[in-house]
Amino acid sequence: MTPSPIPRLEVKNITKRFPGVLANDNISLSILPGEIHALLGENGAGKTTLMNIVYGLVHRDSGEILINGMPVNIRSPREAIQHRVGMVHQHFMLVPTLTVAENVILGMRPFTHHLLDMREIEQDILKIAEKYGLQIKPSELISRLSVGEQQRVEIVKALYRGVDLLILDEPTAVLTPQETTELFKTIRSLTKQGLSIIFITHKLNEVMEVADRISVLRDGKLIATKSVQETDKDELAFLMVDRCISFTVEKPEMKRGEPVLVVKDLTVSDKFRTQVDHISFHVCSGEILGIAGVDGNGQNELALSLSGLLRPSSGKILLNGKDVTHESVRKLNRVGLGHIPADRQNLGLVMDFTVAENLILQRYYCSPFTTTLGFFDLAQIQENAQRLVREYDIRTRTTQTKLNHLSGGNQQKVILAREIDQKPKLLIAVQPTRGLDCGATEYIHQILVEQRNAGAAILLVSTELDEILALSDRICVMYEGKIMGELLNTGEDILRIGRLMAGVTDS
Amino acid sequence: MELIALLSATVRMATPLIFVAIGETYSERAGVMNIGLEGLMLIGAITAYTAVFFTGSLFFGLIAAMLAAMLFGFGFAYLAVTIKANQIVTGAALNMIGLGVSGFIYRVVFANTGIVSAVKTLPAIPLPFLSEIPFAGPILFNQNALVYFVFILTPITAFVLNKTSLGLSIRAVGEHPRAVDSVGLPVFRLRYGCILFAAALAGLGGAYLPIAHANQFVEGLTAGRGFIALTMVPFAGWTIPGVFLGGLLFGAAYALQLRLQVAQLAIAYQFLQTLPYLLTLAVLILSRNRTEQPKALCVPYEAG
Repeated sequence: MTPSPIPRLEVKNITKRFPGVLANDNISLSILPGEIHALLGENGAGKTTLMNIVYGLVHRDSGEILINGMPVNIRSPREAIQHRVGMVHQHFMLVPTLTVAENVILGMRPFTHHLLDMREIEQDILKIAEKYGLQIKPSELISRLSVGEQQRVEIVKALYRGVDLLILDEPTAVLTPQETTELFKTIRSLTKQGLSIIFITHKLNEVMEVADRISVLRDGKLIATKSVQETDKDELAFLMVDRCISFTVEKPEMKRGEPVLVVKDLTVSDKFRTQVDHISFHVCSGEILGIAGVDGNGQNELALSLSGLLRPSSGKILLNGKDVTHESVRKLNRVGLGHIPADRQNLGLVMDFTVAENLILQRYYCSPFTTTLGFFDLAQIQENAQRLVREYDIRTRTTQTKLNHLSGGNQQKVILAREIDQKPKLLIAVQPTRGLDCGATEYIHQILVEQRNAGAAILLVSTELDEILALSDRICVMYEGKIMGELLNTGEDILRIGRLMAGVTDS
Repeated sequence: MELIALLSATVRMATPLIFVAIGETYSERAGVMNIGLEGLMLIGAITAYTAVFFTGSLFFGLIAAMLAAMLFGFGFAYLAVTIKANQIVTGAALNMIGLGVSGFIYRVVFANTGIVSAVKTLPAIPLPFLSEIPFAGPILFNQNALVYFVFILTPITAFVLNKTSLGLSIRAVGEHPRAVDSVGLPVFRLRYGCILFAAALAGLGGAYLPIAHANQFVEGLTAGRGFIALTMVPFAGWTIPGVFLGGLLFGAAYALQLRLQVAQLAIAYQFLQTLPYLLTLAVLILSRNRTEQPKALCVPYEAG
């Protein structure tokens, strides 16, 4: 055995408490030179907090940080950069109105250093990019780059600062499968040159594919650190959630009925661009149609226009054979549309209202909630709330608790209960499990499949390919506002879907 | 020679507007909208007037005006940046403070004491050779020192904003302050700096009125010039050359209005006086929905 080298980064007994949560509970781990170390955990497990502490964005309550064996006290990103630590945030820290080179150089020269010779800087950037095999164009504006390209700029930005420890926070969340493969290649070539990488994720497949060692976090605690050879997906999943999770949803044979939703040549555009570009498709009763695609390719606008919240510029929407293109939200709701919006806290719920109130947001004016005299029937409202809380297992102290005291999963269950209780003929579910833990995700998947079996038509919009593959009967892939292709879901077309997500048509 | 006189007056009337709008461009590019420019101009005007009256030094008057405006600008920066108060409300308060303070000082020191209140003004300095160029000479090079200063300040501020490390940081902090923070640059200090720079220039623009344009202080003598400078910034697409040209446009409106009054037309002069304000309205309508607006304009930065 050779003696183990001095770790590039060592955190010892890090504890951080936010009001009401222990985000990091006595965490210790070490990152070796040239290592890809995955930080695996569910949302809210404390991964990002720990890395924000290392990067100086959050201050620890107690514990120690050592870099190359030396204790350091990092209080700001500037100090982190001085210690050669870089971080690529989940939401990119790039100024869209500036060029690639300007973003890279930002903060690198003192204000007293007057003239910026952009041509020379662009040359330097190109040299670094080539050294690590990264393709970028330094004089291009950030706003003209794809998400994958922007991520490369972030990496180059860190490399330009001479980091030898690079933290990547959920780097694959916004990428197509092909871009992900490309990113992994980059990461490997970086470690060959001696960099250490910390890779924050909640995706097991990626961890197994790229990491050397894996640290699993759960509820702010470090559960285990394993090398990739001595573990497998099932064990990691078990460590992550403390119980086995099924990756597939039990789904009986589809009993497809009549088309419920028919969309004809639908276009949505604003002053600047066309978000939905002449789309046509249909959803039948008893089937789940999945809309796949990288975030920001018009899926949100499509869902909003179908649910009456955004006015289409042209095209037709037929619900049960009737033209509902310009109907109001309330009318759509009454003829059988249920909507689980992507932005649940702004569009789906009133966070300052109670559970009971949120459960009648659409039907408050109807019998039995409003009496013939026009007053609320509080007893009925209460009874309705208690029934739904029971049926949908909404974990809340009382039905009079305000929504902002509920966890994300239980907030989503409130929406689900309210929408499904009206027995919708068409249910539009947009990112229904975003930000939820495994338990809640599984439950929501189960409910969606139950609704399908009961004969509802379901339009599922999700950027999580796993979710689309697990639930859909048919899949449409959206790219830049268009449907690039449609296929029956056999669960095996992941490469083809990935190509379509990147805008490459079958040919 | 009517035209030369008109254009020469245009440049003179444009100068204070350009000073103020250059400063505000920096402030807005850094993400802070200060609608209190009118108030700061009044502070600058009364300070310069008082200082020149008692010391007789024009230079001292200008410096004092800038420092006084910066003092109030610092208060604005503290509220708008550190305390994260609403920038519009804070700026509105600054306007009222400027109006009140300048009026108060004027009444206590001058109006109620019966002192004869004319002060000496900046003389026109014809530049050798340049002022003898036909047509352009008398328009551009037979002006007072502050006009020349605007000619110098415009390219310098444009250069700093677009070609230097400091300018890059300022442009970035108005678009995406978190990105600026994440590369270790001081967001608050950049914004303070731009607010103070804008305040100094607003003070200078205000000082111009009693000691270059007129030789008197009158309550509310800025007459909306602070607000006109404010509308020039989006009209110019948040660029310094744009602000310079916009200033000339408004300067022309002022000059034309004065000329027409002298011309004894059969129009009541009150109507002519509305010309710059009508132009302001037109400009506001033209520059709605400008896409160049800094994304973080009016959004206080919350660290962490």
